Amino acid sequence: VTGARWRQAARDGLVLLALVAYASPFFWQALTSLRPEGELLVVPPLLPSRLTLEHYAAVLGRSVIARALLNSAGIAALTTMAALALGVPAAYAAARRSGPGARSLLLAMVAATALPAVAVVSPLYLVVRALGLRDTWAAVILAHTGFALPLVVWLLAGFFREIPVAVEEAAELDGAGRWARLRWVLLPLAAPGVASAGVLTFLFSWNEFLFAYTFTATEASRTLPVALALFPGVFEVPWGDIAAASMLASVPPVLVVLALQRHLVRGLTAGALRE
Amino acid sequence: VTARERARRREGTVLMAPALAVLAGLTLYPLCWVLWLSLARRVPVFGIDQFVGLAHYVFLAGDARFWNALWVTAVFTVVSVALEVALGLAVALALRGQQWGQRTAVGLLLLGWTLPAVVTARQFEWLYHPSAGLVNLALGGASINWLGDPAYALLGVIIADVWRTMPFVALLCYARLLGVPPELAEGAAVDGAGALGTFWWITLPLLRGVVLVAALFRTLDALRAFDLMYVLTGGGPANSTETLTVLAYRSSFQMMQLGFGAAVAVVVLLVVLATAAAYTRALPASGSAA
Repeated sequence: VTGARWRQAARDGLVLLALVAYASPFFWQALTSLRPEGELLVVPPLLPSRLTLEHYAAVLGRSVIARALLNSAGIAALTTMAALALGVPAAYAAARRSGPGARSLLLAMVAATALPAVAVVSPLYLVVRALGLRDTWAAVILAHTGFALPLVVWLLAGFFREIPVAVEEAAELDGAGRWARLRWVLLPLAAPGVASAGVLTFLFSWNEFLFAYTFTATEASRTLPVALALFPGVFEVPWGDIAAASMLASVPPVLVVLALQRHLVRGLTAGALRE
Repeated sequence: VTARERARRREGTVLMAPALAVLAGLTLYPLCWVLWLSLARRVPVFGIDQFVGLAHYVFLAGDARFWNALWVTAVFTVVSVALEVALGLAVALALRGQQWGQRTAVGLLLLGWTLPAVVTARQFEWLYHPSAGLVNLALGGASINWLGDPAYALLGVIIADVWRTMPFVALLCYARLLGVPPELAEGAAVDGAGALGTFWWITLPLLRGVVLVAALFRTLDALRAFDLMYVLTGGGPANSTETLTVLAYRSSFQMMQLGFGAAVAVVVLLVVLATAAAYTRALPASGSAA
């Protein structure tokens, strides 16, 4: 029995080791962001002689990246709010099939998720220019909201459908109006769904590049991915600074992974058991 | 229809209207506009805006750069999706047998998938550095110019894409595997099937549905991919990584030929729609296995 257990432990360790190797591009970038400038291009040795925060200081001291952090956070937060404000009522109506064409709405949402962003970026650019919104947060928020909305409605309609109609009817008997029921009965029950839709929207907006790159022109509205793609460096590429800026751009996704992996594994298991 | 039912319907309409209006304004309207734009010669900087009919499409049919982009898109999509499905399946099977450290394993996988594409592009640019890159070092001090050599650039982009999206396939397949009762495999073992036989006759047929779905999503995403190659190589060197999306974008926003770029974008749209239709035909057949 102990032999089998040792074999299992060795096997598990090997799989974990392989996955750490898989994730090494990320860890290498993290190490690079802490490597002294003079040792960047001297590899091997793999490990630097000392660790330094000089790249982070350089990147945060430069207005472009500091401003881009602010832009990214603001745009992603406002996009999340807009997508949820529009998506929650629509998903509820679609789930309860109360509006005409609730089914077609959901089908349209699925179709919209297959739309290539590159196909609509030039008309949207002309719209943004005509509205005088070039190089503003509003332009990016508008595009991000439109692209995140289908997924939000689709996800939330699934969550609302799980809530029995009887719960609503009970509240109605107690004299709760439509809005009171949505606010005090349905939303708390759908909270996990709303939270995950919100997190996904935030990440989508934080990571998005094409619209943010096309509709912005200066550091007034450039998001972090755009600033990272356009990172200044004419004669010598500042690899350490780029690595530090990359790590800053990775903070929200990494936090989400750390916070949600337990939830996700359970979700995967539950989803699999339901089949 | 009772008054109550009518009120319910009116309410549903009110609740759905804002989302529908936004969707119509931000996706349907631009979609119609891009079709119209593709029939025009439009160069804003010179104030040119004239209707040219199908001229852009006729030009594309004989344009070597367009055919090259179509070929690059096809190679990128087929090779990266094939690698992602094969590796994702292998990782899912490895995770299935995992008894401890499962959460860490899933966390490591999720990392690649949740990072912004631009960050992945910058990471791989550094890994591919000709003299200080980890990749050449791992190859025993090779001096391959990954992103500067037309023979290697597309491979370099494909590897970065596989790194980024393999976790999606792995986690989908893993979730499906968790739903397979272990008794199935044990029964097969009792019947004398070896590990390979169990995999081939029991596990693989059960995974057929989920693998098709994963391949569909990945194929559509690969056809639409833009960020990674645009940041990593910008379509170069010598257009060796210029996909249809990059060609469409460069035409619209670097050469400022909005009409011509729109025509290429419409081709991307048609390719995506045709692929989705082909997969949906294949899917119902395997519905029972999913």
